[in-house]
Amino acid sequence: MRVGISKFVRLAVAAIATISVTASAFAAEKELIFGMLLVGPYNDHGWSQAHYEGGHYVEKKLPGSKMIYIDKVNPADRPGLTIPMVVDDLVDKGATVIVGNSDDMKDGMREAAQMHPDVQFIHISGDDALTGKASPNLSNLMGKMEYGKMMAGFVAALTTKNGKIGYLGPLINEETRRLSVAAYLGARYAWTEVLKKPESELKFKVSWIGFWFNIPGVTADPTQVSRNFFDTGYDVVLSGIDTTEATIVAEQKRKEGVDAYAVPYDYIGSCETAPKACLGVPYYNWGPDYVKIFKAIQDGSWKQSWTWSDPDWTDINNIDTSAIGFVKGAALSAENSAKLDQFIKGLGDGSINLFKGPLTYQDGKSYLKEGEVATDNQIWYLEQLLAGMEGVSK
Amino acid sequence: MRGVKQHVTEIALILGMVTLFTALVLSLVGASPLDAFGHLIKGSLGSWSKFSRVLNVWIPLTLCSVGLLYAFRTGLWNIGVEGQVVIGAIGATAILRFGMEGGGQMHVWMALLLAMLFGVLWALFAGSLKVKAGVHEIFAGLGLNFVAMGLVLWVIFGPWKRPGIASMSGTQPFPRELWFPTLEGWRVSPFALGLALLVIVISAWLLYRSRVGLNLDAVGKNPRAVRLFGLSPSRYMLIAIMVSGALAGLAGGLQVSGVYHRLIPAISSGYGYLGLLVVMLANFRLAPVPFIALFFAALNVGSIQLPMMMQLDSSLAGVIQGACVLSALLVFGLRGLKKRRQSNE
Repeated sequence: MRVGISKFVRLAVAAIATISVTASAFAAEKELIFGMLLVGPYNDHGWSQAHYEGGHYVEKKLPGSKMIYIDKVNPADRPGLTIPMVVDDLVDKGATVIVGNSDDMKDGMREAAQMHPDVQFIHISGDDALTGKASPNLSNLMGKMEYGKMMAGFVAALTTKNGKIGYLGPLINEETRRLSVAAYLGARYAWTEVLKKPESELKFKVSWIGFWFNIPGVTADPTQVSRNFFDTGYDVVLSGIDTTEATIVAEQKRKEGVDAYAVPYDYIGSCETAPKACLGVPYYNWGPDYVKIFKAIQDGSWKQSWTWSDPDWTDINNIDTSAIGFVKGAALSAENSAKLDQFIKGLGDGSINLFKGPLTYQDGKSYLKEGEVATDNQIWYLEQLLAGMEGVSK
Repeated sequence: MRGVKQHVTEIALILGMVTLFTALVLSLVGASPLDAFGHLIKGSLGSWSKFSRVLNVWIPLTLCSVGLLYAFRTGLWNIGVEGQVVIGAIGATAILRFGMEGGGQMHVWMALLLAMLFGVLWALFAGSLKVKAGVHEIFAGLGLNFVAMGLVLWVIFGPWKRPGIASMSGTQPFPRELWFPTLEGWRVSPFALGLALLVIVISAWLLYRSRVGLNLDAVGKNPRAVRLFGLSPSRYMLIAIMVSGALAGLAGGLQVSGVYHRLIPAISSGYGYLGLLVVMLANFRLAPVPFIALFFAALNVGSIQLPMMMQLDSSLAGVIQGACVLSALLVFGLRGLKKRRQSNE
């Protein structure tokens, strides 16, 4: 079937022109539809699942609210997909609030927010609202996971037999530096102040895999990296990535007779995948903040903001109030559990502040002077890992 | 007339088989095939913004597919098309990075030119290995694809990383002045669309109406015989694979300047490999390519509705595309068998 050129062009043009051009965007009244862009699978037992369940919490607590979500929003899992595209689609479906849950979506969220000035955008973990790069309808939200990471580091240092703690890091940026440093500070506190051991005997090594979760052929394989930690004598591995490889490997190692432990991250139920090796999990509880923000959007009182939410120190595991919590794992000893409670109490009443000088960067530059307490800004924009940590800063 | 009737029957047969197969798969996982097909159609053709997205996929996919036709003409399997897209994207980014401060349209067009040039050079590697060293182009192409993937990761995590952060999300985004030109309110650039249509028209002439096309065809059909006419098969093979590479590179350049506005690791979006499927389904002819590419693009875009609306995995699009090609191969194979039997009688 050889078609002549002119006929062929006519065909092509006709095909394009005959497609109906009807935008079916209709915004529903009173109800609030929020679109959720999850970077990983909704059931990853980690970062994305924490958001997914936060969304369900909103549906329960906020009458008339409805979630539409799309998971695996990253170019490796969904080739050809861009954030503005998905946002267009969600807005078509009536969404008036869009939540993007990855640092990775920063550029796309900014672009989409400009294209839809009537829609509110909440970019998790970003700082565009702080730096002024955001349009007025783009806000940021994050929880102060630094505290959760301090607790994670704390139990790790109490549990390790030889003082060798591994940190399975994602990619290197301000957020991940900040979190690994917090874990180190928690570990150092437990090691020197609780166990009264010399600081020089604590080894804290960070290995970065390159992204928030495993992408075969692109990132280092987190299973391999975790295994490598245990094989080289590290007996506790803290996970800084979105998924649970570290904990699963730790449990496998236990079956091989190694005294291995891990601390997962992000999601309240992370320990369930491998309870015997799990010391506990610092987790995000997005529900309460989502409800607060969506309610304000619904009644029109919402203003652009950069929110960095504290735990509820009266009960960090209160799912209706606390942005950050820590669930103790089955592998945590009773004695260490009691010490952790003391530590949490100290953090809550301010008697323990780990972001306090003197603290030195890896390259010897001073981060905080003697007695200086870090401001939120100084913590957020941490430039390097600290002296005493092993691993790449940039 | 009989030819047209045969094609229509064949297409109906292929689509029927695919629909049946997909419906079966969906029923097995307990989903309604009707709902799924409905979401696929609504999600791709339901609104202008959705159709724009389809066109955004169609443009690079068509460029890759049309490029592949040239190589196939001479009997070459340019499987390296995937890497040529990636290399093209790297070339475009190299130019656009120069224009980060106060750049303009000049940079964009230069970027596309370099993208094509990079694509040509990358294809020439595979082509030269074939004609000079006798390395099969599939092996060379596959190898070069891996090298290209390694290169793009290296530049993103190395020399071109964002200040302070090396990230999968790619290089620093380009300012608006360096985006491929489009019109206000358009989600797909009409200029890119025009470029793709132009490529189709020119290729229709080159492949079917020009002496070059005839020679390419001759090389593919009988490389030994063409020597008798004073034609060098190697030369025509190299020309064909270079055109293939140029179009793939152009696709990569458009992905950078028109779609992502930065270089990302998955910049090719797999359009090179998908293009191979398109061309196979088109039975290596040009006329069906734009339509099959449109169909595949619609599937890719529409499939995002499946996880959103039905909690189904969107890889169903890939299942349908694969099933299409397999059914097509089956149908074409049967036709060949029938012909042979007839000629035997």
